[in-house]
Amino acid sequence: MTLELFSQYLLAGITYGIIYAIVGIGFNIIYNTTGIINFAQGEFVMLGGMIAISMHQWLPLPLAIVAAVLLVMLIGALVEILFIRWLDRPSVLRMIIITIGISILVREAALHIWGEGVRSLPYFVGNEITTVRILGARVSPQVLWVIGVCTVMVLALSLFFKYTLQGKKMQACAANRVAATLCGISTKNMVTLSFMLSAGIGALAGCVMSPITYTQYDIGTGLAIKGFTVAILGGLGSSMAAVAAGLLLGLIESFSVSVVPLAFQDAISISLLLAILFLRPHGLFGNKDAADLKEF
Amino acid sequence: MKRSVTATIIMLAASLALSVSMACAETIKIGAILAMTGPASFLGAPEARTIEMLAEELNAKGGIGGNKIELVIKDSGGNPEKAISFAKQLIEEEKVFAIIGPSTSGETLKIKQICEDGKTILLSCAAAEQIVNPVAKYVFKTPQKDSQVVHAIFETMKANKISKVAVLASNTGFGQAGKGQIEKQAPESGIQVLATEVYDSKATDLSAIVAKLAANKEIQAVINWSIEPAQAIVLKNARQAGWNVPIYQSHGFGNIKYVEAAGVAAEGVIFPAGRLLIADKLADKHPQKAVLVKYTKDYETKFKEEASTFGGHAYDAFKILCRAIEQAGANKEKVRDAIENMKGFVGTAGVFNFSPTDHNGLGQDSVTMLTVKGGNFIEYKK
Amino acid sequence: MKRHLPLGLLVLAIIGVQLLTRATDTAFYLTPLTMTAYYSLVIVGLCLLMGYAGQISLGHAGFFAIGGYLSAMLTTKNLVPFKDNSLISLCDELGLLVHGQDMFGSAFTHVQPWAACVCAVLVTIVVAYAIGIPVLKLKGHYLAMATLGFGIIVYRLALAFPLFGEADGISDVPGFPILPGLAVSGDFSSRVSNYYLAWGMVALAVWLLVNLIHSRVGRALKAIHGAEGAANATGINTSRYKLNTFVLSAVLASIAGIFLTHYNGGIGPSEAGIMKSVRYVAIVAIGGMANLWGALTMGALLNIMSLRGMFGSYDDAVFGAILIVIMLFAPQGLLGISLPAAFKRILRRGE
Repeated sequence: MTLELFSQYLLAGITYGIIYAIVGIGFNIIYNTTGIINFAQGEFVMLGGMIAISMHQWLPLPLAIVAAVLLVMLIGALVEILFIRWLDRPSVLRMIIITIGISILVREAALHIWGEGVRSLPYFVGNEITTVRILGARVSPQVLWVIGVCTVMVLALSLFFKYTLQGKKMQACAANRVAATLCGISTKNMVTLSFMLSAGIGALAGCVMSPITYTQYDIGTGLAIKGFTVAILGGLGSSMAAVAAGLLLGLIESFSVSVVPLAFQDAISISLLLAILFLRPHGLFGNKDAADLKEF
Repeated sequence: MKRSVTATIIMLAASLALSVSMACAETIKIGAILAMTGPASFLGAPEARTIEMLAEELNAKGGIGGNKIELVIKDSGGNPEKAISFAKQLIEEEKVFAIIGPSTSGETLKIKQICEDGKTILLSCAAAEQIVNPVAKYVFKTPQKDSQVVHAIFETMKANKISKVAVLASNTGFGQAGKGQIEKQAPESGIQVLATEVYDSKATDLSAIVAKLAANKEIQAVINWSIEPAQAIVLKNARQAGWNVPIYQSHGFGNIKYVEAAGVAAEGVIFPAGRLLIADKLADKHPQKAVLVKYTKDYETKFKEEASTFGGHAYDAFKILCRAIEQAGANKEKVRDAIENMKGFVGTAGVFNFSPTDHNGLGQDSVTMLTVKGGNFIEYKK
Repeated sequence: MKRHLPLGLLVLAIIGVQLLTRATDTAFYLTPLTMTAYYSLVIVGLCLLMGYAGQISLGHAGFFAIGGYLSAMLTTKNLVPFKDNSLISLCDELGLLVHGQDMFGSAFTHVQPWAACVCAVLVTIVVAYAIGIPVLKLKGHYLAMATLGFGIIVYRLALAFPLFGEADGISDVPGFPILPGLAVSGDFSSRVSNYYLAWGMVALAVWLLVNLIHSRVGRALKAIHGAEGAANATGINTSRYKLNTFVLSAVLASIAGIFLTHYNGGIGPSEAGIMKSVRYVAIVAIGGMANLWGALTMGALLNIMSLRGMFGSYDDAVFGAILIVIMLFAPQGLLGISLPAAFKRILRRGE
């Protein structure tokens, strides 16, 4: 394998990987504060792209993206308030089914609002064939945008959780909900905040990847599956682990093309998911005892 | 006595006249099973819009022979089991005259036998060869034959001195059928297929596989056979990687939206298709020009989007059916015979010449090579 | 005796509906009714698993597809090119093969539908045990995702191999002869017999399950669902019960797949898809997780409406909406709603 080919695979893997990681982080944020796995996470990514594209008709690109992210955050909050907030200690089964239902509804609504067609935001820099050379590989500058924006998001999130009051409150909820309530933290609002945050990062990822991958009403499901594969691979609850796991999955998928027919690429991520679930459910970086203690 | 006999005769005559005139006012029910939503919606949605538009237009003129058309459209979502259920429903319950569709080959093959047993005409908008081979009495299809499309590609390649290619096909029925034809015809056309890869119809990034293929410097051209939006991703990834070999696509590229999606990367793509996409640029005396210009204009005015060849297949199905009903009256058997013997029907995909052994009716001349220049489709000239 | 009353009602309903369609000349309803019967087989099995044993399965369509695809593939694959193979000749001698002509008139040999059915069910059992053992060790979200992953793998496998017809699926599946003159097939002439055959199978399955639920096994399952740790402590081998229930529900789904494929004359990858699995779960939920009759009734109603296209383009949206509404307001299922309690829940504020 030449350096050029290797770098091409590497960059492709990092691009896929970081997108999966963002969706995985979205899962983790909500899971941490609520113990719920939000199957509708992928739909936030789709909505971000779709709304930005619609907004772009009237607003310049950067504003359209900001507007889209804010709107999707609002939608995230709405979803939480309408469907999740007033449930009284729901069972896992119930939550899974509700979030699956939400994801279906959002997807069908998108179908009827925007139609079945494929759309995309314009490239931020250049057009469909501009390339930059990195490490011998040639990629679209949009790839750099994806990697850059997502990395900044991850860093911002970790700073948020570590240093801001809201972030620390959310971590408290994740650690022990009852104790957090006793400390005066409004856990209900933390839950809404976590949905908004997840929705926001998903939407931004959706906007920034739209030129490369296109946005269509049904891209949410596939992304959600990859996203929670990544979240579990890293260990449910840990965002840093999700990033590592995301990159790992992305690289595996990308390099697999050199040895296995492309037709099996999707089967690889599912097989990985099953393998992790059967062999090491607490994830590559998770702690078994901590995972056992966590409420499901 | 005489008076009551006369009265009875008059009444009988009157009721006969009344029933005859009522029969004339009957509607002709035409069923359609199309994938308006779901993974094949970019096929089914324009098809449904097209036949609704045509039925409306026809009914505004009073229908066929005074009979209005009643369309019963069912959305199968691309699911074969729904197609089967709807086919049986349309045949037994709605007692439709004929069925237009389905949009995909998978669904069509599942209902082929049902329509044959139910003696109902099926005009499929799907591409697979097996739909009309072996020939079933009541089953017809309107898209071009894959074998002719592939032949057109290979002829052009030979003229351009290309002999070594890579093939990328999507994992749908359309993609697999094309791949099959390519592999079948390659040896006899002197083309060598160096690599074949199948990508998911929902793929979002194919730069890895493009890189792998680009590393093989022997590949002179790429055939990208797909009908889904993902084909535009291949184009972008290829050009972004600096891989500038000629890219040939299939007639599944026949939608200007795909060109828009690929943007500058679509420039120079060569593909065979029906002449719908270059309707305006045809010579005025071209037999298809009038039909194509009218359809594209009407469709674009009504639905505010560009017409595609996919909708065109439904146009052809509907118009062929109507022409046959005009010729033979509202009798299923006679209409079937009329379709089977129809010659010289000018449609969007080409000029149809049906026969008892050819239930597709399109010849090699129905496809012409097109290319993309300046974001528009133009005719390809060597 | 009392426990058999609903079963008796079911049989009466089955006969009654058929006579009604004959009286009103609406015999075409029998087609979606028959298809619904086969889907109901999946649903009652899933109801046992989810409601009584308490294990969620988001991939049950996978078992349906395994049954359907294997049976379809074996009965449509032409074995003439392999006739010199020793395994094939052995099958021939055992009378497992059918010789005939294909639609082009050339020689065609395929596996007998009975043999294909047995083979498909055996494979399902093996796969269900193989998947069940690791999957049932998981709980909650992990269990859900593992079953979802299983369903997706089956879907991808069906889509990837030319043997399974790739995206087009398998067509021209022959009818399944049960007795001389009685066959599971989609012919117009055998509509009524097929209807009774299908619903007869459902009635049989329900009878078996009702007996199971009221036996020691059923009590053990309830104990496991209620409090697994306690059940374990009383000496019930929880993992064995869960596993066997899983396999039983898988076999029911597989049989449904086999027969529906012969009835429809074909199968496509959409039968293995996520949306199908979600649909089955939605129906079990709306019927009331542990309510066999609820699931059966709701399933019949919703499937018939869906198969007749009553939901139009909103088909998936309807099932999604049902999922949400039922889970929010009536987690015990539609037939377990008590309106005052529901109102209280909506109005209640607080932790």
